[in-house]
Amino acid sequence: MDTKRPASFYFLSAFFIVFIIFLYGPTITIGILSFQGPEGGLTFPMRGASLHWFDELFKTQAVGDVWGAFRRSFALGLIVMALTVVFSVMAGMAFRRRFVGATVLFYLIIASLVIPSILVSLGVGLIFSQAGWTVHWLSSGLGAQLTWTLPFGFLIMLAIFNRFNPAYEEAARDQGATAWQTFRYVVLPMIAPSLLGVALFGFTLSYDEFARTLLTAGSRNTLPLEIFGMTTNITTPMLYALGTLTTIFSFVVIGVFIGTLAFAAHRRSRRASDAGKGMV
Amino acid sequence: MTKFLRLPDVRSWLLAMPVTLVLSFFLLLPLLMIVVVSFWGATEYSIYPAFQFDNYQFLFGSSVTYQVFLKTFMYTGITWATTLAIGFTIAYFLAFHVRSQTWQTAFFLLCTIPFWTSNIIRMISWIPFLGRHGLANETLIKLGLIKEPLEWLLYSDFAVILAFVHLYTLFMVVPIFNTMLRIDKSLIEAAHDAGASGLQILTNIIIPLTKPGIMIGSIFVVALVMGDFITVRFMSGSQAANVGRLISNDIGLLAYPSAAATSVVLLVTVILTISIMLRFVDIRKEL
Repeated sequence: MDTKRPASFYFLSAFFIVFIIFLYGPTITIGILSFQGPEGGLTFPMRGASLHWFDELFKTQAVGDVWGAFRRSFALGLIVMALTVVFSVMAGMAFRRRFVGATVLFYLIIASLVIPSILVSLGVGLIFSQAGWTVHWLSSGLGAQLTWTLPFGFLIMLAIFNRFNPAYEEAARDQGATAWQTFRYVVLPMIAPSLLGVALFGFTLSYDEFARTLLTAGSRNTLPLEIFGMTTNITTPMLYALGTLTTIFSFVVIGVFIGTLAFAAHRRSRRASDAGKGMV
Repeated sequence: MTKFLRLPDVRSWLLAMPVTLVLSFFLLLPLLMIVVVSFWGATEYSIYPAFQFDNYQFLFGSSVTYQVFLKTFMYTGITWATTLAIGFTIAYFLAFHVRSQTWQTAFFLLCTIPFWTSNIIRMISWIPFLGRHGLANETLIKLGLIKEPLEWLLYSDFAVILAFVHLYTLFMVVPIFNTMLRIDKSLIEAAHDAGASGLQILTNIIIPLTKPGIMIGSIFVVALVMGDFITVRFMSGSQAANVGRLISNDIGLLAYPSAAATSVVLLVTVILTISIMLRFVDIRKEL
């Protein structure tokens, strides 16, 4: 390929920049507006700059149970994350070979991804109410969220195992490793970095999930439900302050995951096999 | 038939058991329940088991239903076309114009990070832009392009589609980029050497080879937009309705059988649409 950039490169670069501004612009705008002065409103101009709205947010009485909602969402996110990783790896292992009913199960998992979230919410809510059970974020909420996170985790695991060389496991088996030992000491260390990706999906999709949790969370809201409730009765930049805080929290979570991944890859390349480099 | 339950099959099923159980109880059973309840009756404050077609009769007898379905298809069609055009362009830029792999990864991450943040917040973020006194109106007035603030920017179909595009374009970018990366670069070089123009390479090589990615992205976008209710409610200021909102309104009125009947029709529509789209792509092969 020649090194001179074609004209289309500059056009596409400009398009990409505009797209990035489109993606991030609104988020940055509410980030700025959350520092609105006490007299300021939901739009520009800024009337001074202050931490007033963050301050308001911490005086909990005014806005309902934001911190309780955050704690619940955080806890639920961690639980969903753990279950998503474990269940997805297991299902991914199962799909490495053909088995009776695999196709049906595969399409069930795809269905879980494309079926409108509100139907899951409604259906789970109906089952619980007809069975006389109380909906709770830790039971019905957890289950409804798993129908959203598991397909992502599963598809990622399929992609990983599609590229996984079975020779390593054969070698382990040949040397007498049990099935569990093969998994624990050969497969798991090799797929560990990818599991971080599954975990990231599990946590963030749960933490931000709205529609599937709507009728299944019960009397105590998760954070997205709480925020949505606020949109109808709070018309001050406090809404932006909360939005900014949770977005920053999301960025920190994503940063931690990606940072860990990058670190692991770096370490891996440093401690990589010395095959072919040693003394002959 | 002796081979029906071989030991490896049992092992696979045991491994797939947790996923199967979760989806059976929290997806299949709820959908079954919706189908059952769609035949039930309702009083003002409770629902009772029955086997009647009243809910469907009412649904298909009302002109609102057809308008709302039409609107849902309209949102889906426009959003699909827009996200495809933008998503393809971005993926094409990342895959073929960004040469360093580090930058490619960095830019790709930049495109995907918003996916892991809250949709609700991302919708709220449009208020200061699109509002009556928002940035868009203020800028247009300052430039002298308009005299009065445009009313249709926020709480309108325009806002709904803008939010859809904002939220879901990355569902196009990711699978299209993924398939583009797997296109053998030597094919493009060969075409180039044979005298093909950039446009010919795009239409004869890249687009045909990118079809599976386009299909996967389309499945995501179509399913998400057809099943949505919250984006339409929030961005239209409760002024527009799609099928999802019809359902959520009924739920709000505790009219569960009616909501269930609408849900069944939506479910059938979505499953039919997605099944047709799935015929054009083998997802397992594309992962």
